Amino acid sequence: MRWGDGGYGVTEAAATTKPMNMIQAINSALDVMMGRDEDIVVMGEDVGFFGGVFKATEHLQAKYGKTRVFDTPITELGIIGVAVGMCTYGLRPVPEIQFADYIYPALDQLVSEAARLRYRSAGEYTAPMTVRSPFGGGIFGGQTHSQSPEGIFTHVAGLKTVVPSNPYDAKGLLIASIEDNDPVIFFEPKRIYNGPFDGHYDRPVTPWARHPSSVVPEGYYRIPLGKASVVREGEAVTILAYGTMVHVAVGVVAELGIDAEIIDLRTLVPLDIEAIETSVRKTGRCVVVHEATKTSGFGAELSSLVQERCFYALEAPVERVTGWDTPYPHSLEWAYFPGPVRLSRAIEKVLEA
Amino acid sequence: MAEGARRNLPPLSLHVPEPKFRPGDAVDYADFDRGEAGAVTRPPIDADPATMREHSYTLVRVLDDAGKAIGPWDPRLEPERLVAMLRHMALTRAYDDRLYRAQRQGKTSFYMKCTGEEATSIAAAYALDRDDMCFPSYRQQGLLIARNWSLVDMMCQVYSNRADRLKGRQMPIMYSARDASFFSISGNLATQYPQAVGFAMASAARGDTRIAAAWCGEGSTAEGDFHSACTFASVYRAPVILNVINNQWAISSFSGFAGAENTTFAARAIGYGMAGLRVDGNDALAVYAATEWAAERARSNAGPTLIEFFTYRAEGHSTSDDPTKYRSAEENVKWPLGDPIARLKQHLILIGAWDEERHAAMDKEVAELVRAAQKEAEAHGILADGLLQHPFETMFEDVFEEQPWHLKEQSRQMLDERKKAGI
Repeated sequence: MRWGDGGYGVTEAAATTKPMNMIQAINSALDVMMGRDEDIVVMGEDVGFFGGVFKATEHLQAKYGKTRVFDTPITELGIIGVAVGMCTYGLRPVPEIQFADYIYPALDQLVSEAARLRYRSAGEYTAPMTVRSPFGGGIFGGQTHSQSPEGIFTHVAGLKTVVPSNPYDAKGLLIASIEDNDPVIFFEPKRIYNGPFDGHYDRPVTPWARHPSSVVPEGYYRIPLGKASVVREGEAVTILAYGTMVHVAVGVVAELGIDAEIIDLRTLVPLDIEAIETSVRKTGRCVVVHEATKTSGFGAELSSLVQERCFYALEAPVERVTGWDTPYPHSLEWAYFPGPVRLSRAIEKVLEA
Repeated sequence: MAEGARRNLPPLSLHVPEPKFRPGDAVDYADFDRGEAGAVTRPPIDADPATMREHSYTLVRVLDDAGKAIGPWDPRLEPERLVAMLRHMALTRAYDDRLYRAQRQGKTSFYMKCTGEEATSIAAAYALDRDDMCFPSYRQQGLLIARNWSLVDMMCQVYSNRADRLKGRQMPIMYSARDASFFSISGNLATQYPQAVGFAMASAARGDTRIAAAWCGEGSTAEGDFHSACTFASVYRAPVILNVINNQWAISSFSGFAGAENTTFAARAIGYGMAGLRVDGNDALAVYAATEWAAERARSNAGPTLIEFFTYRAEGHSTSDDPTKYRSAEENVKWPLGDPIARLKQHLILIGAWDEERHAAMDKEVAELVRAAQKEAEAHGILADGLLQHPFETMFEDVFEEQPWHLKEQSRQMLDERKKAGI
């Protein structure tokens, strides 16, 4: 297993490490960046004095002041629209949308404005903002606190979409996102804020403290956008995953005792196509897994890319394991969540073919 | 009665607004109370919005029917400044006429005039500092012209030609000019409203002195963006001026579909606890005075102002619609607030700073200027000839700061396909 430092730009200053869960790592990234660059502002519903409903922005207002860390009215379109205006002034806002499910009112400002500004003004205006938003299910959030809408954003020209799967990556990717000069949608899988989750909802929760990726440098480091991470090397089958599903895949592969290669995509746009191609050419088999609904989901894009680029290396059709094409149900959450049983079956099917 | 309705209750009825006049109707504005020039008080710059509610319902007017400037809102500008303003308005009208014709000649795909609304951009621009950030809608070409932006540059955008700085990516008139503090125009309505507030908030947070101003039409005040912007502006007391150009028509929908039957657009400010002003938008002095008041208010940390400029869209929405199909042609002729250029001209003549000869000479001068600019712009190509457009691969630039692999691939693919197809 390869977690944590993959050799990505961890400077000596950042060499002191500390055990962190994902929330702490995200908080640390914001803290480090706000300390380095006074153009960075954090805003969103409840992010100020209270420090956010998930505590990702805790202590930031006390440290950096109310004009750099502040609560906003409950209007997501307003939050993103205002952020675009702040970018025009020269700031680098990091707005929080409290739940990804609430992001839809902001769609016009994200799709027609933030994403298109550089293009339509031929570079005169840009929108270097990072929109943080907790996403995904597994916390009994029902249909309005569980969705994974990444496919809506990966479809939009001009947006980058990032999904971290562990504390170390979360911090390094968030720093890289904030430094990026294009708008980035940074989806944080909320089910794994406090610990890796292998999909066995009936077992005790494992805290991050026991996971190697919880050893996080205290200072500045970045993980470049567009670089996947090979979490487990293997020869039998490639599993493409991101966010919570990385841990489900790790659990399943251990349970099945198969020699699978697990790729944590980390960034969906721009995608690390090289890592995908190299792996699938080697294994000849591929399973794509995500929590989002199936039809027109990002898995369709992955599956298609693998088919286009690795067809003659494939021994079996690409399998997709995804959420069902329904809203996220409250009481039937675990029947909806693409857990270990469904992933095992898909892997076995691909291996048998 | 609908099936299943309770028989002992009167049936409900749905009100669908209908404009007073349709094509062929005789127009009578007798019901319209335009108020008296000079009658509205000018509140102190830091006035509590609660004390100026009537300003949302009565028009601020400076010029009376004789062209005399009266009352507390008279900005008392030097005649030279007024003449310069008049010239920029005439130049804008000449520019519009020329490019409208260019579109009709098939030289470009689309055009939008601001005829009758020139004062709402030009007089406002005169009252702002040049580095105050403007977030315009699509009918504020007057802002660029008032800031002496190059007409050739604007025309190249309209023609999407090789010299278009926006590389032919935007529909005509969706200018962008950072050096004129003029934001990139969006085709999606009112999106610029919260953006202007965000800019103003950033400027305030930084202790800067720049303010922001936004423009939208009365029709798009129905967008959520308008209301989110008002909320943010009010909550953070942002140094921003929110202008609503009430030109009565949103393409073919009259202002009633944005709520004008029930209240004024300036009165939207009252619910947000913001200063609101309703201003005669065809009176350049009133536009200047209101903008100057709001700018001073913003600059002294007294908060945002919502200004409704009451005006009339004298032409169609764009080259794509025919206004004779949905409204009475008499409306424009009988518009009770006149034409902004004619009214400023009348005032200047009255105060002895202008005359018909100088006006005729000015009209000739601006027409010549526009003609020369057009000739220069067309030397860089027009949309219709398709020859002097930007190279094909530029389509894939500026999507991101750095081109990712998939765009590099698609760019190569497009060029290969074109080569193989011999095009």
